[in-house]
Amino acid sequence: MSAEAGKFDPMHQFTVEPIAKLFAIDGREVWLTTSAVWMAAAAIILWLFMLGGMKRQLVPGRWQMAVEGFTGFISSMMSTNIGSEGRKYTPYVFSLFMFILFCNILGMVPFALGGLHPLTVTSHFTITGVLAVLSFAIVLVVGFWRHGLHFFSLFVPHGTPWPMIPFIAPIEFVSFMVRPFSLGLRLFVAMTAGHVLLEVFANFIVQSSGAGAAIGLPVGLASMALMIGISALELLVAGIQAYVFALLTSLYINDAVNLH
Amino acid sequence: MPQINQLAENWYLASQLFWLALIFGAVFVVVGLGMYPKIEATVDARDRKVADDLAAAKAAHARADDLESQYRQQNDAARAGAQKAVQDAKDKAARDAEKRLAKVDAELSDKMTAAEADVAAARKSAMAEIESVAAEASADLVAKLSGVKVAAADAKAAVKAVLHG
Repeated sequence: MSAEAGKFDPMHQFTVEPIAKLFAIDGREVWLTTSAVWMAAAAIILWLFMLGGMKRQLVPGRWQMAVEGFTGFISSMMSTNIGSEGRKYTPYVFSLFMFILFCNILGMVPFALGGLHPLTVTSHFTITGVLAVLSFAIVLVVGFWRHGLHFFSLFVPHGTPWPMIPFIAPIEFVSFMVRPFSLGLRLFVAMTAGHVLLEVFANFIVQSSGAGAAIGLPVGLASMALMIGISALELLVAGIQAYVFALLTSLYINDAVNLH
Repeated sequence: MPQINQLAENWYLASQLFWLALIFGAVFVVVGLGMYPKIEATVDARDRKVADDLAAAKAAHARADDLESQYRQQNDAARAGAQKAVQDAKDKAARDAEKRLAKVDAELSDKMTAAEADVAAARKSAMAEIESVAAEASADLVAKLSGVKVAAADAKAAVKAVLHG
């Protein structure tokens, strides 16, 4: 799918470019990549954002209010979904939510960072998949740690009639095992689709400039209007997908902690 | 799709995993474990302080209400005491006045009786004097008119008979 010279390729934006080779483990090379730089940028911006909330004043300023808004949002979500035991897992879910949110929003930035072209880190399933597997692993570890083999009762919902168990349990098992895939794919697909859409409509505007006033002007103006709307929608999606990832993680952890 | 195509490249997966582990790990340790609990603690401390202050305000309010009702009770009691004292004083004054009045009354009536007795005595002596004067006068009149000398005792008896019927 690589673009020929001058030809428009909406997928090119997802290409991770290697910058410098660092080392190799077992034949596998580890490079400093654009993806790494954007992740680091998101992490640093997140750290700076959080730093503004560390004044710990009794009467918070605006910045502290904003940071406490985020922490309160996640902690109330955790306590609603899991209960008081959810507080233990809040640091992980909060890091997850904020990291995904900042990566998503940073991916919306249209300009390049120090000569690197923009890249949405969360549009790569290698990233979202690892985060999803991490959440799933926490669910498994917590579930077996707390309930032992009794954790398997998760596959038999309450009130299932005895004869139905042989049919229900495999279905529940499959739906349980699909969780990391759906969790990782949802974010990856949402970000990829949104950015392809943005690129396609942005390209319409560029192409319309060469199509003459009669066709180019209406097409360009309509595309511009759509572009504004889709950009707003993508900002919404960036927030919602981070929220959904955190929400589902909290629900899965709830399964592990409370077993339905 | 570069996300799939680049999997074939030697560095792609290793780099992605390495940097994600490094950076997300750092975010989890620094932000999740380092900063988040402090911010939550600040929020919790604020919530607790607000709740404590509200409770203190409520307690102070209740205490103020207590004090007010106590003050009102004391006030009522003092007012009732004062009224009682005034009533007692009034009663006592009235009783004293009555007693004094009765005493004065008794004195006055004593004086009255004495005066009446005096008057009666005076009247009696005056009567007696009138009798003797009338007897002398009548004796003189009889002597002048008829030339008969009437004995003083007779005249007296005759006057007495006339005066007293």
